[in-house]
Formats: sequence, C-alpha cells, structure tokens
Amino acid sequence: MLQGYQSWKFNNQPVIMGRATVVGPFEGQGPLAEDFDIIHGDLMVGQKSWEKAEKSLLEEAQKLAIENTGLTKEQVNFNLGGDLMNQIISSSFAARTLSVPYIGIFGACATSMESLALASLIVDAGFAKYTIASACSHNASAEKQFRYPTEYGSQKPPTAQFTVTGAGAAVVGKGGKGPQIISATIGRVIDMGIKDPFNMGAAMAPAAVDTIEAHFRDLHIEPGYYDLIVTGDLAKVGFTIASEWFKKHNVPIKESQYFDCGMMIYDYEKQEVQAGASGCGCSAVVTYGHLLKRLQKGEFKRILVVATGALLSPLSFQQGESIPCIAHAVALERGEE
Amino acid sequence: MFMDFFWAFVVGGLICVFGQICFDVFKLSPAHTMSLLVVMGAAAGGLGLYEPFIKFAGAGATVPITSFGNSLVQGALSELKLNGFVGVITGIFEVTSAGISSAIIFSFLAAFFFKPKG
Amino acid sequence: MPNNRMKNLTPVQQEYQELAKQEEPKRPLFKNSIRAFLAGGIICLIGQGIQEAFIRWGGFDQKSAGNPTVAVLIIIATILTILGVYDKIAQWAGAGSAVPVTGFANTMASSALEHKSEGMVLGVGARMFELAGPVIVFGTVSAFAVGILHWLFNPTI
Repeated sequence: MLQGYQSWKFNNQPVIMGRATVVGPFEGQGPLAEDFDIIHGDLMVGQKSWEKAEKSLLEEAQKLAIENTGLTKEQVNFNLGGDLMNQIISSSFAARTLSVPYIGIFGACATSMESLALASLIVDAGFAKYTIASACSHNASAEKQFRYPTEYGSQKPPTAQFTVTGAGAAVVGKGGKGPQIISATIGRVIDMGIKDPFNMGAAMAPAAVDTIEAHFRDLHIEPGYYDLIVTGDLAKVGFTIASEWFKKHNVPIKESQYFDCGMMIYDYEKQEVQAGASGCGCSAVVTYGHLLKRLQKGEFKRILVVATGALLSPLSFQQGESIPCIAHAVALERGEE
Repeated sequence: MFMDFFWAFVVGGLICVFGQICFDVFKLSPAHTMSLLVVMGAAAGGLGLYEPFIKFAGAGATVPITSFGNSLVQGALSELKLNGFVGVITGIFEVTSAGISSAIIFSFLAAFFFKPKG
Repeated sequence: MPNNRMKNLTPVQQEYQELAKQEEPKRPLFKNSIRAFLAGGIICLIGQGIQEAFIRWGGFDQKSAGNPTVAVLIIIATILTILGVYDKIAQWAGAGSAVPVTGFANTMASSALEHKSEGMVLGVGARMFELAGPVIVFGTVSAFAVGILHWLFNPTI
C-alpha cells in the first residue's frame, strides 16, 4: 500500500527466501570475506574482458540465489536487475542466461535497493509468486567506462572511491522463511551542484538524507525504530557529510546506529581505497552477504538499508553538468530461519 | 658530468612539482595538465628559451612532456626558414616522430601480446 | 563569500557545498610534491644516463641522442604498464610519473591494452589516443600558432 508520499508498506509479508553474493579477489581480502558465498581469485574470472567477467559474476550470483531458495529458475516469475555498464549489458546478458522475464533498471549504485523494493512490490501485490532482484559492479569495467584505462597511472585523491567487484542477488517470495521486507521508500533525484566525479560521497550524501527523512515522515516513525541504518556507498567523506547534514536537519540519528556499506567492505589499513567502496555491488553484497546474516542471527531486529547512487555519465561530466543523485530505502525485519 | 646529472634531477623534479601543483591546487586533470605543459613548452621554444634550457638541464628538460611542445615548434620553425609559410605546417612532426612512432608501435605490440591486469 | 560559481546555486545548495568543502580531506600537497620531485627527478636522471650511454657507446652526438633516449624511455614505460606496475608507481609519484615522456607512453599503452577486448582495429587502433590525444592536438596547434607568429614578425631567434 502507498504510505505517505513516496513509500510503500508491504502487508503481505514478502520475504527474502534465498540470496547469494559473489565477489572478486580484492573484496576477498577484506574484513567481510567470510560472509560472501563465492570469492574469485582472478579479476577477469577466466573471461576475455572485464565486461564479460562482470556478467559472469551476476550469472553465478543469480543461479546460486535461486538454488539457495530451493527453487528452479522456471519457478521464478520476474528478474529485476541493473548495473553500471552502458545499456546495463551485464544484467541484460545475464538475464539472457537466466531466461526469466526481465525488467532492467538503472539506479547506479542505488540499484540493489531499487530492485529489491520493486521485487517486493510485485510479490506483495500478488503479481508474482517469486521474483529475483540483483545488482552487480566490477572495478575494472567501471574504471574503463567512467574514468581511465585500468593500467593508466593517475593519482587518486583522498575523496576517491573504489568500485566493488561483486554481484548480489535475492529471491523474494510471499511468506516463508527469511528476512522480511517491511517497507520501502523510493527516492527523488537530488542535486546539490557537486561536480567532482572523484568525490561521489559528497554528491550522494544529500540524496541519502532526503530519502531517509522521507521514510521517517511517510511511516511516522523515529530513527530509533531501527537498530541499524546503513547507507550504500557514501564512504568516509559522504558518511561524515551525511552525519552533519542530519544534525543540521534535526534528525536524531545516533552514531551507534548509523553505518555505511562502503566503509565496511574494505580494510582501510591494508587496502588502498582512499575514501572507501562504491558500486552497485557494494550495497548488494554487503547487505545480502553480511547484514542479513547478522539480522537473522538476532543481532538486529529491524534494519534500514539505503542504497545511494550517482546518476552521472562521463559525457554529462564533460559537458559541465553537476552530479544528480538518488537513494532508495528498504526496511527489513528479522524473519523465521 | 656530475653537474649534468644533478641539474637533470633537480630541473626534471621541479617541472614535475609544477605538474603536481596543477593536480592538487588547481584541481586540473592529468590531460589538462599535460596539455598545459606542452603549450608552455611550445611557447618557451618559440621565445628561444627552451634550447638553452636543454643545454643547461639536459634530460631534465628533454624528458618532461614540455620538451614535446618545444620539439614541435623547432620542427615548424626550421621548415619555416627553409620553405617559408608552408613549412609551419609541414615541419611540425619532423623532430618528434621518434617519440610518437615508438609510442604507437610499442603500444600496439603491447596490446597485441598482452592483456590488462586491472 | 563572493564566488561566481556560487551565484547560480540556491541557498540550500550553497549551504551544502560549504559543508562539503569543509569535510573534504585536504590533498597532501607537500607530501605529493616531494614524491613528484623525487620520482620525476629520478626518471630524468635515468634519461640522462641513457643519453650519455648513447653518446658514449652509440656514436650519437648531443643533439641526436635525444631521439633514441626518448624511445628507450617509452619502451621502459610500456613494459611497466604491461606488468601492471605503472599505475601503482603513479599513485605514489603523482605528477612525477605523469609529466615525463614515460607518462605519455603510459597513456597510450594503457589505452591500447584496455581496448584490446574490442579488437585491434576498433579497439586498439581507434582508442589508443584516448588520453594522449589532447597533448598531441594542443602541442600541434600551439606549434602552429608559434610558427605563424614567427612568420608574421620574423624575429631573429
């Protein structure tokens, strides 16, 4: 049901019945390595190009997620997914392999929660029995498309973020065991005039704050309702700015409850990632691999995952445009095991 | 001999520091910075300042990308002297062809035999 | 604070941008400059050494030794790019590895390598000059401008 202005409350208990995460070597060296289903040692995953590698990561994640649900792919009604590549080819080509009716979406790094929200809506409203929601990204394919060739020697500034090589997929169904999806808030595009593509955190933070405020407003709740509020990939710089921006807007979010996926997936001491992680895969693998594990273990009762995305392209930047951003939120509650 | 090496080191280093300032203070991209340096090298060459600079600093002046700008100008000017106005266009790549040709050839060979590592 | 760019922003955007600027970690200019100085200096030192070697054992003179020296540096940079090492050096060295001609070679080799997956013609051939293009274009155009000015004013330089 529509809740407030831009949120959905799911009354028919859509549940994440199965999920899977597949990551690359660098993520496998980080602190969350134990929580990922598959870690690849080869960044090209035995493929002929970075783009083909990204597609194969997603194919694996989707196959495994469906297996973990105990279903076959013929039983899944719809496939929702997106990535950072032009024309979202990683998702489209993986969808070719999956052969499930496909809805391709683009939300940049906010795709994980955008797909999960839509998948939950479709199941909750009775328009599907099972849907699969996924998102993926690859460090090398993202660098190649958005920034520089991977072997190019450019010095990254301290605000830069490292795109995660990873794919996360979740199968949503009604009832059943697994984390429950309670509500979702669809974000508006927010642009504070930030133009620096090497400082995405600063560009995305206001979108995260806007969506989170909208969520509390629409559902008539306070931040304290959640044990954990986590943004997708604001990383160090964006996270600090968002915290300050919350204070300026008098949103009582406590330090102890607010975290960011982009700051969790890598080890700042051992891995040179400047401000932290980014990419569609970031919020996808951290949520589906790590956070839901902790949720189901009982460490949290209710969490709010707010994936954040920067909607720029190399062309828009070269034409002098600023960076419009978006954030989508999904609230999850501990369900049966 | 030692002084040749000393000045090559110091001058080359200082030109790079200028480049670093372009990166960090003026927030220019590498492409913008290199283009700026090439144009500066061409301007200095046009003013007759770069050749004596090379005599003084040796590799400290020939190795940075500024020297590319100077070489383009030297090529243009020497053809200008010989063949007049048309020389300005025909002479530009005369001196620099070694650099550009080797860069193209070796990049091609690199791509033919190898893959990027990420 | 009077700022042309800020004029086109709304008050909220201005307030936000001031906050963002405040929280932006400052670039370590001094540290980066020292590193750039050392890296650039060393590369030029190596260049000087190669040049001396060509003069002494290659039979080149002061003027003509420049060409093979540049070619050797380009080969070295291309090899480092193939090994996947140049970008790691560059994160430390910054402008120290970008400004010397080795940086130019790296732009071409890295672009060529990256687009191998699109084939030798449309990938390698077409995209090789992705990053090096500006240098060549602006160098050529400014050399042309300088040439024209010389032709017009005929200075005895």
